[in-house]
Amino acid sequence: MGKTFSEDIVALREMDLKIHSGDFISLLGPSGCGKSTALRIISGLTEPTVGEVDWKVSHGSGAIGVVFQEATLLPWTTVEKNVWLPFRLQNKSFREKKDQIERSLELVGLKDFSKSYPRELSGGMKMRVSIARALVTNPKVILMDEPFAALDEITRFKLNNDLLALRETLGCTIIFVTHSVFESVFLSDRIAVMAARPGRVIQELGVDEPYPRGESFRTSSSYGTLCRKTSDALKSAMEN
Amino acid sequence: MAITDIKVDSPSPNKVVDRNELLKKRKERNIKIGKWVMPIVVFIITVYLWYWTVQVNDIPHYILPDPFLVVTTLIQDLRILLSALQVTIQITLMALAVAVVGGVGLAILFTQSKFFEISFFPYAVILQVTPIISIAPLIFIYVENRTVGLLLCAWIVAFFPILSNTTLGLNSVDHNLKDLFKIYGANRWQKLLHLQIPSALPYFLGGLRIAGGLALIGAVVAEYVAGTGGIGSGLAYTILEAGYRLNIPRMFAALLLIAGTGVFIFAILSFVSHMLLHKWHESALQKEN
Repeated sequence: MGKTFSEDIVALREMDLKIHSGDFISLLGPSGCGKSTALRIISGLTEPTVGEVDWKVSHGSGAIGVVFQEATLLPWTTVEKNVWLPFRLQNKSFREKKDQIERSLELVGLKDFSKSYPRELSGGMKMRVSIARALVTNPKVILMDEPFAALDEITRFKLNNDLLALRETLGCTIIFVTHSVFESVFLSDRIAVMAARPGRVIQELGVDEPYPRGESFRTSSSYGTLCRKTSDALKSAMEN
Repeated sequence: MAITDIKVDSPSPNKVVDRNELLKKRKERNIKIGKWVMPIVVFIITVYLWYWTVQVNDIPHYILPDPFLVVTTLIQDLRILLSALQVTIQITLMALAVAVVGGVGLAILFTQSKFFEISFFPYAVILQVTPIISIAPLIFIYVENRTVGLLLCAWIVAFFPILSNTTLGLNSVDHNLKDLFKIYGANRWQKLLHLQIPSALPYFLGGLRIAGGLALIGAVVAEYVAGTGGIGSGLAYTILEAGYRLNIPRMFAALLLIAGTGVFIFAILSFVSHMLLHKWHESALQKEN
């Protein structure tokens, strides 16, 4: 799977990124570098001005799942009904999909909260519901736009671990937008470091650390080295 | 003074009393009780002053009746007053129902077609800002049926808050949720039903509470203008007629009923709003805590 597109007004210029099936790729960069624009183009919400995405998404197929920075839940309905949403919009009844919804909630560890309303949950739990909703259709690709940026560090570490475990189970491709060096190193196979004005990829870094990664990776020296390397790349991106 | 001089009282851990917290709790409790007690105290004082003024100044009842005479009249004339009240309530509720259907329907049309909205919204505003009392005489010239005329007046007053609030609500959908619906391939109908309408519900209910009171005002004002009496006339006409006959106690009694009806409508609509929102919406949430 390859993507070539450019949108050269301000947002993105000549972004060329190859993403393989099963990749965990992070788009890392300062604000205004077009990370989110890239994600919007991949998800088909915005059309690229020039170029194209080789992999075409048809909306409504459930082939992609998305997680935004906010949990973006429907506040007027319960957790399980929120997870049902992608199916509901395909006109599939709740009963028909109950098993899949339950499994998805179980994967994120919220089985006991299926009847709760979003307002009764903490920020981290809401984000888990959002992830469960993205997973429920068994998508090939999950797009995550700074999903843990609004959470505290402890919750974020926990969710990072859980996300990797989920990916082991599901084997889907994840495109992850972040502005955290540590998060991108811990999670991804590859990091695309982006620079702003105009938005572009200036460096691609591989993280050759086998999965599963746990707390031992977070405290290892190779993690430190990779973080430093990524930080340097990001620094040069800011100076550019 | 050395630092070691500072001494902090540390009572046994299971009996820590924080003075500030205690004061705060006491204040909360006082407000809770006061919310019921204070209006009653004000009521008693007002009624007493009213009674006292009438007695001391020996004011005749055709100028200012004392409060007990008003209550006696209310009981004596209950049959006449209640049948008039029934007419007023009927007009009010019908106008409110039509306002809900018209207001929500128009708001949905507005959000479905921007073109429609920019064409018609200015006229909705004009209709709203023109005082009903100045439109009503014209309406009664062209509309033969009295009930229809009254209904039309009450509707004009009541429908605008529903229209403008619902339109605002339908347009205030979280943009990430909109994107999410697009990614999952929602069609226009699904978006309206599962996203826009639930998002607009709190706004609509806010408009509905205002509209309830306005429908009553519209119904009463319109009847003043219509001015024809006989069987099937409402409380406004009862007040007019009692005024002509200098039956001041009855005027007060009718006024009492109108005010009571307004409060009742507001209470019912607030209750409906609470029932629909208390599980998820911030406004209802704060009330609970």
